[in-house]
Amino acid sequence: MMLTKDKIEAVEDFAQQVTEIEGRSLWQDARRRFLSNHAAVISLIILGIIALLALVGPFLSVWSYEDIDWEALSDIENLGRPSFESGHYFGTDVLGRDIFVRTMQGGQISLLVGILGSFVAIVIGTLYGATSGYLGGRVDSIMMRALEILNSFPFMFFVIILMTIFGRHIFLIFVAIGAISWLDMARIVRGQTLSLKNKEYIEAAHACGVSSFKIITRHIIPNLLGIVVVYATLLVPGMILLESFISFLGLGVQEPMTSWGALISEGAGTMELAIWQLAWPLTFLILTLFCFNFLGDGLRDALDPKDR
Amino acid sequence: MNLKKTLLASALMSLALGAVQTQAADVPAGVKLADVQELVRGGGAEPATLDPQKVEGTPGSHRTRELFEGLYNLDGDGNLTPGVATSYTTNSDNTVYTFNLRKDAKWSNGESVTAHDFVFGFQRAVDPVTASAYAWYVEIPSIVNASKIINGKADVKSLGVKAVDDYTFEVTLERPVPYFVKMTSHQTLFPAPRKVIEKYGSEWVKPGNMVSNGAYKLDSWIVNEKMEMVRNDQYWNNEKTVIDKVTFLPLENDSADLKRYEAGEIDITWNLPSDHFKRLKKESPDEVIITPQLGTYYYQFNTKVEPYNNPDVRKALSFAINRDVITKYVTGVGEQPAYTFTPSIVNGFNPETPAYAKMTQKEREAEAKKLLQSAGYDKNNPLTFNLLYNTNDGHKRIAIAIASMWKKTLGVEVTLENQEWKTYLETRKAGDFQVARAGWIGDYNEASTMLDLLTSTHGNNDGKYSNAEYDRLLNEAKTMKNPSINYNKAEEIAINQDMAVAPIYTYVTKRMKKPYVGGYQPNPEDNIYTRDMYIIAH
Amino acid sequence: MLTFIFKRIFEAIPTLLILITVSFFLMHSAPGSPFSSERSLPPEVLANINAKYHLDEPVINQFFYYLGGVLQGDLGPSFRYKDFTINELVAQSLPVSAEIGIWSFIIAVVIGVSCGIYAALRQNSLVDYFVMAFANIGIVLPNFVLAPLCILFFSIYLKWLPAGGWNDGAWPYLVMPVIAMSTSYIAQIARITRGSMIETMHSNFIRTARAKGLPSYRIILQHALRPTMLPVISYLGPAFVGIITGSVIVDVYFGTGGIGQHFINGALNRDYSMVMGVTILVGSLTILFNAVVDILYAVIDPKIRY
Repeated sequence: MMLTKDKIEAVEDFAQQVTEIEGRSLWQDARRRFLSNHAAVISLIILGIIALLALVGPFLSVWSYEDIDWEALSDIENLGRPSFESGHYFGTDVLGRDIFVRTMQGGQISLLVGILGSFVAIVIGTLYGATSGYLGGRVDSIMMRALEILNSFPFMFFVIILMTIFGRHIFLIFVAIGAISWLDMARIVRGQTLSLKNKEYIEAAHACGVSSFKIITRHIIPNLLGIVVVYATLLVPGMILLESFISFLGLGVQEPMTSWGALISEGAGTMELAIWQLAWPLTFLILTLFCFNFLGDGLRDALDPKDR
Repeated sequence: MNLKKTLLASALMSLALGAVQTQAADVPAGVKLADVQELVRGGGAEPATLDPQKVEGTPGSHRTRELFEGLYNLDGDGNLTPGVATSYTTNSDNTVYTFNLRKDAKWSNGESVTAHDFVFGFQRAVDPVTASAYAWYVEIPSIVNASKIINGKADVKSLGVKAVDDYTFEVTLERPVPYFVKMTSHQTLFPAPRKVIEKYGSEWVKPGNMVSNGAYKLDSWIVNEKMEMVRNDQYWNNEKTVIDKVTFLPLENDSADLKRYEAGEIDITWNLPSDHFKRLKKESPDEVIITPQLGTYYYQFNTKVEPYNNPDVRKALSFAINRDVITKYVTGVGEQPAYTFTPSIVNGFNPETPAYAKMTQKEREAEAKKLLQSAGYDKNNPLTFNLLYNTNDGHKRIAIAIASMWKKTLGVEVTLENQEWKTYLETRKAGDFQVARAGWIGDYNEASTMLDLLTSTHGNNDGKYSNAEYDRLLNEAKTMKNPSINYNKAEEIAINQDMAVAPIYTYVTKRMKKPYVGGYQPNPEDNIYTRDMYIIAH
Repeated sequence: MLTFIFKRIFEAIPTLLILITVSFFLMHSAPGSPFSSERSLPPEVLANINAKYHLDEPVINQFFYYLGGVLQGDLGPSFRYKDFTINELVAQSLPVSAEIGIWSFIIAVVIGVSCGIYAALRQNSLVDYFVMAFANIGIVLPNFVLAPLCILFFSIYLKWLPAGGWNDGAWPYLVMPVIAMSTSYIAQIARITRGSMIETMHSNFIRTARAKGLPSYRIILQHALRPTMLPVISYLGPAFVGIITGSVIVDVYFGTGGIGQHFINGALNRDYSMVMGVTILVGSLTILFNAVVDILYAVIDPKIRY
């Protein structure tokens, strides 16, 4: 009995070890490689802090993002300077509104737009590009021509019409941004797919009768992840800046709410006079974008299936 | 058309009698002129066209004023100075004007400017084929058949203009309009070079084709980069013109305009960003030029929707606006708080200070609270509405500040709504708003240019304010010798009593001008002529 | 290859036609008209203007007038710049933007690709971080901040360069627009190159080449560069179209008179023919350069067949 019990235990132990090894070989492996990349890890921590600050920051000040400090308004260049006494840690904007709170509140919008926008672009762009590239032939032609049409479309009119039909809503920012940002992604993914689909393992899968959908999702896309991640982290800054441009045209966030892009474009007009109005939101934007870059590189390295 | 004018005839009478000094650069003795007399001006937006009969908007007016000259000009004080015409006479009932043209006026190709060129210019302006956006301008002085021609019901040739001989030009009006002569300083009534226009068609305004009769002629025009004009040697007063070349840079962006000024590439800017006003005033006080302008920035109430059809609500909102804070700190370049619709700088009318303007801001705010309460709104039932404005940084700031004032004193919940320009215009025209930002710059220096806007039939009365007594007063004013009494009554009704709109401030033109540019004459109508200016050695 | 090119030309026609049709009707459904303004025009005056530009006719008629013009190479009169036709305006502004664009493109590709490769070869080292941080300056500094900053520094403070203007593309006028235009592309190109290069360096044929003891510059130039450039090229195709059709920020801040501002102002002013003109321009260029990208793909990677 003892013997069999020992044997069973030994087998169970072994079984446990086996599952452990299998686990590590997939995602744990990626995690391990990611964690060993210091720049990426630090970036992730900083991004976490920024996101947290954007959420709780507004509660750390006596001012709200829409309050006008009528006293500071009388002399922005002096009374609007960053100071702890007045409670304006980052100073005020030209209307005497607190830059600290507005930077935090703007961060919520910008991060949301950046991350959600990129996510939409990645999903649509990757699926579209991979499908087009893999199926090839006539389907590819039509899909690519459709992309060309969308790419040349007068974006401004799209924005204006969205605005008049649906009124102004923050959701529309995502629609407008999402609508154009997946195009480049789709083209890049399609290009990569074209060179991937001639690889032996894809041909092997095809010969085994694996369905096209499965080949795309199981074999093509995982091999595209590297380039997708790199491009996605490029998208985040693009999105944040695009949002500021849309705001500038009157479709973006509506005052008194703001975004980093909107704060920066306002601050750019007064950089000789009140540098803090530009400097603070720009610092946060730069920090965020650098972090996304290093994070993107870290993820790319970690997810690279060839990198062992 | 409701843009009827009633200018003072007295100014015109003096002109017909006495000799008046002509306009030209008047260099004071002892001033040493620079060797290079070239001026670069910030030109605002690129004009839609340079064709005098079609020009619309101030950027176009500024440029055509350099290139062409009409019968008469207006100087800095709004007085007439002779242009191509040296004198004029009228018939007994003041319906036929006969202008005597100077014989030395020449087109830039050396041909004489004749009465036929004026006949052609006037006819072009109303011709439906020209499709000028300013065709209505010829209807205002009621030139015979102008309206019928625009409507396509009469032939262009039937317009009440005639060349008696080469140097005598006759205009027949349907009824006496005393301010007609002043109107001839506007580009719509400039002469047009018939031969050139017939030769080149719409291409005639291109550099190389264009022939002009002003102090300058067009040298080059690269859209959105620059427009260069050079001295017109054929101009009759060429000897008195000092500046040889003027360049207009089309810069819609004020901060780009200012940067190029600071880099020394522009001598006179078009505008200046208000944020920089304080700094510039401190660093170079002599270069900042602020001139009151004939125009009012106001908030418009949609008087056809609840509860803005209630004057009490409108008054409450208007009273709660602290205009001193807006003009001192938000716009902050010397705009005057406005409590009447007509700016006080207007010629021949000094609006009385309405009762609410005499209160202190505290009293106004207390009154506002009372009024709003009586209309049935309080903390538990707050008034909520959308404030519409067009996308622009200045409008945005004013809207934020005023919304905040309303919230603070009245507990009103305002949602800001900005729209891109053309959409905003459409929304306003359709009456699809509650409170909207608006502004109006006068077409001419007389109170009716503002007050007519609030008459029930005016095409731009987007708030649909309507008051029979108001309409009557203004209609009566058109034939009155001294209409000030009526204007004051009208102001009292529309603003102090009904608060059809909430006036906020009086516009100003704000420019930077290099100290070495002399002869610049700021004026409320912003009639600036390069030919009056000169560059001092520096 | 020749059949491929013919096929592309053949496909371009329906593509452009769909683009024109959809854009035209979408554009006319936007609120406002080219002639709406703060001062509304008297109806009889407006009627004359509308008649002149055929705006009084049903949109479908206007469409066929327009299409008829386009087929003859006439993009119509501008509604905003009434003294000019779209053909004239494009002929005046496109070369300006193209000159800025081509210089920016060359600079962006040279700097971007070298930074990307250099960083990839020293992956995760300090050099990598430093080079990539440098390349990324352009993307983190939006050009509406960079442009006024450049003017402030080079024109007002140092007085080295003119603050604006074009003067037929004399080089001092070219410098700042090219800086403002190229920086964001440098960052994107560098990042894509770096990612792609790292991936290539990990592939089997590079390992084989290494195992054979080839010197690393030969590995990079002869083996790694080609596959590395594939994703870069598919980015560069549309990027090239974007870069030579200019930027509204560059045109507005530097007063260059390029075509970039027509994209935005055309829409804001409801200059219908201008919007259609630039749409057709971008459409044709996009089709052209996508075809070029596809050809380059086939050249670089002979395994790809169409």
